[in-house]
This record gives sequence, C-alpha cells and structure tokens, in this order.
Amino acid sequence: MKKFLALLLALAMTLALAACGGDGQKDNGASGSGVTIKVGGIGPLTGDAAQYGTATAWGAQIAVDEINALNGPVQLDYRFEDDTGVADTAVSAYNTLKDWAKDAPLVIYGCTTTTPCVAVASEAYADRYFQLTPSASSPEVVNGKDNVFQMCFTDPYLGTAGADYLSENGLGTKYGIIYNNGDAYSTGIAEAFLEEAKAKGLDVVSTQTYPDDTTTDYTVQLNACKDAGADVVFLPIYYTPASLILAQAKQMSYAPLFIGGDGMDGMLDMDGFDKSLAEGLLLMTPFSAGAEDERTKSFVEKYQAEHGILPNQFAADGYDCMYAIYEACSQIDGVADMDSAQLCDALSALFGGGSFKVDGLTGTGMTWKSTGEISKSPLIFKVENGAYVGA
Amino acid sequence: MKKTINKTSLNGFINYGMVIAAYAVIQLLIGGKLISNSLQSLLVPACCYIVMTVSLNLTVGILGELSLGHAGFMSLGAFSGIVSSILLQDVIPSPLLRLAAAMVIGALAGALGGLVVGVPVLRLQGDYLAIVTLAFGQIIKNIIMVLYVGVDEKGLHMAVKADSFYLSDTGTVIIKGPMGAVGVTKLASFTAGFLLIMVTLLVVQNLVNSRAGRAIMALRDNRIAAESVGINVTKYKLMAFVISAALAGSAGALFGLNYSSTVASKFDFNASILVLVFVVLGGLGSIRGSIIAAALLYVLPELLRGFDIAEYRMLIYAIILILVMLITNNPAIQNFINAKFKKKRKGAVK
Repeated sequence: MKKFLALLLALAMTLALAACGGDGQKDNGASGSGVTIKVGGIGPLTGDAAQYGTATAWGAQIAVDEINALNGPVQLDYRFEDDTGVADTAVSAYNTLKDWAKDAPLVIYGCTTTTPCVAVASEAYADRYFQLTPSASSPEVVNGKDNVFQMCFTDPYLGTAGADYLSENGLGTKYGIIYNNGDAYSTGIAEAFLEEAKAKGLDVVSTQTYPDDTTTDYTVQLNACKDAGADVVFLPIYYTPASLILAQAKQMSYAPLFIGGDGMDGMLDMDGFDKSLAEGLLLMTPFSAGAEDERTKSFVEKYQAEHGILPNQFAADGYDCMYAIYEACSQIDGVADMDSAQLCDALSALFGGGSFKVDGLTGTGMTWKSTGEISKSPLIFKVENGAYVGA
Repeated sequence: MKKTINKTSLNGFINYGMVIAAYAVIQLLIGGKLISNSLQSLLVPACCYIVMTVSLNLTVGILGELSLGHAGFMSLGAFSGIVSSILLQDVIPSPLLRLAAAMVIGALAGALGGLVVGVPVLRLQGDYLAIVTLAFGQIIKNIIMVLYVGVDEKGLHMAVKADSFYLSDTGTVIIKGPMGAVGVTKLASFTAGFLLIMVTLLVVQNLVNSRAGRAIMALRDNRIAAESVGINVTKYKLMAFVISAALAGSAGALFGLNYSSTVASKFDFNASILVLVFVVLGGLGSIRGSIIAAALLYVLPELLRGFDIAEYRMLIYAIILILVMLITNNPAIQNFINAKFKKKRKGAVK
C-alpha cells in the first residue's frame, strides 16, 4: 500500500509540474510590422553555472521586450534553451533551436560558458548560423570562425590589461597570483597575466593554483603568497572562491591589495557576504549596476522589478547582444528575403568589417575585430563602503 | 536430427535483432527526413551510452562488483582516441578507418586503465573496488585537466604546465589543459555507433555464455563456493573488469570524436553515476534492459524540451527516474507482467 502511495505521489508530482510549467513559458512571439528574426539562446539554466546562464537569459529578455515594443524594422522572436553547462547538451540544445526555427532566419545567441560555446560554435560555423556569445571568453570560441563574435573580453585580454594596469599605476612591488588551474577562464587570464608581467618587469613572487573541484580552504595558497612577501595578489577567479579567499586572508591578518577580473562581479550581492571583507578590492569589469547613466538605471530597475536581484555583468552583456543583433539586422538591406545562411554572411561581414558600432551597457562605440573579438575597454572599479567606485 | 535453440542464445539473438531493427528504422527515418535535427544529433552519444551501460553491466550485474569510475575509462578512451586520430591523419587518410583505429586505441587505453586498477584491487574482498574506481575517475579527470598535448614535426609533446609546453610554429595543440581537446575533426557516425553496439553485444553475450562467463557468475553468487571448486578468482574478475573497461574506452573514443571539443570535466563522478543509474534501472545483469534503459533515458531529457515545461525539465527527469524505479519494483505490476508473459511463453515452448 505504501509503495502504491509513493507511486501515486510521484505521478501526481509529474503532472502538477507539467501543468504549472505551462504558465511559466513566456510568449515571446513577436508582433507588429517588419521582419522577424529568430534568436535562439543557449546557456545553463540548471547546474553549477546556472546563475550565469539565467542572467544572460533574463538580460536578453529585457532587451527583446524593449526592441519589440519599439515597432522598428526588425522584430526578435526569442527562445532560450538550457545546456546545463555541458558541451554535448549544448549541441542538442542548438539542434533543438534549429528545429524550432525551421526555415526562418535564425541567429544563435550564446553559449554562456566557454566549453559548450566552443562545441556549438564549430557546429554553427559548419551550418552557417551567425553566433554572438555574451560571455564565452576564450579565444578558442572565435578562433578560425568568421561567423562567431564575442560581447565579452577574451581571457588573455583581461590578463594583459590587469598586468598593464598594475605596472602603469605603480601598484605594489611584489606580486602573487592564485588561480584555478582546472578552469579555462581562470587559466586563460592567469597565463596572459604572467606573460605580460614578465614583459613589464613585474616581480611575480608566487604563483599558486587550486583544482576545479569544490575547494573551501585556501590558506596554503595564501600562506605561500604571504611568505613570499606579495603585496598585491591577483585573483582571476569567480566570486564564490574569491569571497572565501578574502575571508581567510583576513583571518590570518594578511592584507595585500587584491585585484580580480570580471568574474568577481556579483560578490557584493552574495547572500550573507560581509561587505567589509571586499573593502579596497580592485576589479576589472565592463559593467557596474551602480552606474548613473539613464540606460543602465532603467535596465537595473526593470531587472530588479522582475527578478528581485541586481543584474550582473552577464545580464548586461546579454542585453547588449540583443541590441547588437537588432541594430545590425536593421542596417542590412533586404533582410526580409534572407535565409539563415545569407543572414549569417551579411551579419559576419558587418560585424567583422570594423565600422559597425554599438552603444550598450557594457561600453559605448563597441566594435569588433574581424577575428570576432570585441574592442571595448575594461573599467577598473574599487570597492569602497560596500559599493563600486571608479578607480 | 532435431536441434533446439536454447533459451540463452535465443535471448542473445533477440538483442541483436532489436538493435538491427532499431538501426534500420532510424536509417529509414533519416532517409525520409522524418527525424528532427535534435534527435539526429543524439544518435551517436546514445550509442556511446548504450555501450557504456552494457559494459558497466558486465562489471556490476554479471561480475557483481561495484564500479563508480566507469566514466574514467571513457575519458581515457576519448582523449587517447582524439590524440591518435590526429596523429594518424597522414598514415590513414580514410576517415572511417581512422575512426576504427582510434576506437581500437581507445579500447586499449581503457583496458590498460582497467588492468592498472584491477590487478591490485580485485584481489581484495568487499567494497574496495568501488572506492578505488571512484578515486581513479577523479585522478584521470584531474590529470587530463592540467595536461597539454601537442604534435609537431619532432613528434608528440606533453606537459603538465603551460609554460613548459613548447611546440614549433607548424605544430598543432591537441589537448590544452583545462580547455580540453579543441579543434577535433568529427569522425563519428551513427553507423559506427551501431557497429560498436553490435561488437559490444557479441563480446559480452559470448563471454557470459562461455565457460569463463559461468565462472564469473559463480564468483558473483558465492565466492567461497567458487574458489572451492578451483575457479581462479583474480583471473576471472580481471577478465570481466578489463573487458568492461576496454568497451568503455572505445565508447569514449567514439564520443570524443563526435564533438569538436571535449573537456575532462565532462567525465566526472556524475557521469559515472548516470551510467550506473542506467544499469540499475535497466536491471542488473540484463543486457536487453541496459540497452533499452540507456537509449530511452539518454534521449528523455532532450525530448522533454519539446513540451512547454522547459524550466522543470531536469526535475521531471528525476521524478521519472524515481517512477521507473518504483514501477519495476512494484510486486503487483511485476506479477501482472509475469502472468501475461509466462502464459505466452508456456504456449510457445510446447
């Protein structure tokens, strides 16, 4: 009898979920005049990287709603598929989007994370779909593909920029670095940083790594930096481990200048994070939710009203991607008669041509190189009294 | 002279027939363009997971030892297959033959891994194999994660740090540390996956029905009794375990050559558990159950995308797994199925 009840309960749960799932799906069908371009997004909505995927999905959704409300020459029909942050699932998601678009022109928006993006990019390259990724930052994503473009900085660019900033501003005398050697993002930045540091004559006294698996204790790495006398520690890592590093450094009363990349963005909004720990932290990111311009303010307001949290850099990149696609499609003649492959060629030529400029939340006058990398400059922020200020 | 086919070989033939029929139907659907892109892209990985599940069933269901690191062997096969497919580019120009060679090398790599783990551990009693295979999977993952492999005119280069890794200008990087293998030429095809399943069935079913297979099952059922009649415990355990690892290696090679990039973190503990779930839900020791469970459960999360329930996709998947577990273990339903099928079978035998 008990077993039967368990069975019944499980069945009921499935049905209930199926029922309430129906309401969750938003109708993104474009209305109004003009050409409709299908934009298929891919990113992790579940799994370890879910917070980044949902941010890119939500940020783009806000832009799509704004664009469709404009009733301009181009309407976007937007759908986002979950890839759980895994390459083979991302390829399945990509194929699902292809089925969804059928013969209508399709542009691929994604993936959020690097590894799935490399896999999808080579598929999109072979099938001729234009692809714009908000946040997959490895140069491998765009390498050798004329139709794949990035909205974010590449990892090496950020590493080089970090070393340049330190040497130009004369910050520190001895440098330490702690990075995740199981993560492409972290390793990419660290390698470029070390190379540029060597070129600029920065004295890197300690290079520390930790593995990709859940690590919660960083005292070994911090002690090594402390013993080597590093007064600046570069942390090209995501904010969850970084917050632990800051807390543990404080416990051992080690107070060097910490500097991080765009992966640090979001730390101040973490639940239960003691903001005083981040005091004086420098970070390089293209976006700050505290910026005062009209467009950022309205974006942050909408995002907060809908989802209850502050948007991070991923959401802003997603928002900018939609505007880049919209503006590019508006500039191309005869979009109405194009299929995906023709649209891909036209968009690739426009983006790669160098004269196409987009203003967005993460930069003004953003242009792309023909390789697919973006040209915009990172802003350096300093955390003061629990908020970002320009540094 | 009247020759009757015994029940076990009949069972084996049904399995072959089922796989061939499924292959034929899917080929027809592809020919008639009746199958969606997303389903078509799942065919090769589904084949890989079927082979993984059948091979793990050999260890878990037939040998009776718990292995929690099956994805580690898949990883060994995937990366050795990718590296060898690039090294053999000039030697074997035909992509089909190169895929076959890569799968053989993947199988050898898997077998070697199985041997290294199996030789010391299978001599022990208890749950040690589970513990060691668990660690083995993690070790393989962490090693490949920091491994840099490339090839230039001087030969193969390997390093565990980016700054000690040098290649000449004409060299190609094959594995790039945490980036994994990138720029892989995709060689895998559904037909290759189908052939791999057939080879796996041939190997596993013939092993199970052989003298060695009976010895392996005797070990599972009662080790002491089996030893007392003179069965060499380590030899037969190692045989089953290494074959299982080799098949996982070749499945890995096919999987790795189906995507343009592969990372080591794909083959983590969760991947091992996923395969184990397929084995358990398909039924321990049942080859047919493994094939059906792997095929359906691998494709299921992607099929759930089709409904308006995308947000709850993975949640529903988990609940369906629980449902399958409950239903297959429910005595009322089991009795019902047994009653239906036993009647038929009795009639057929007479």
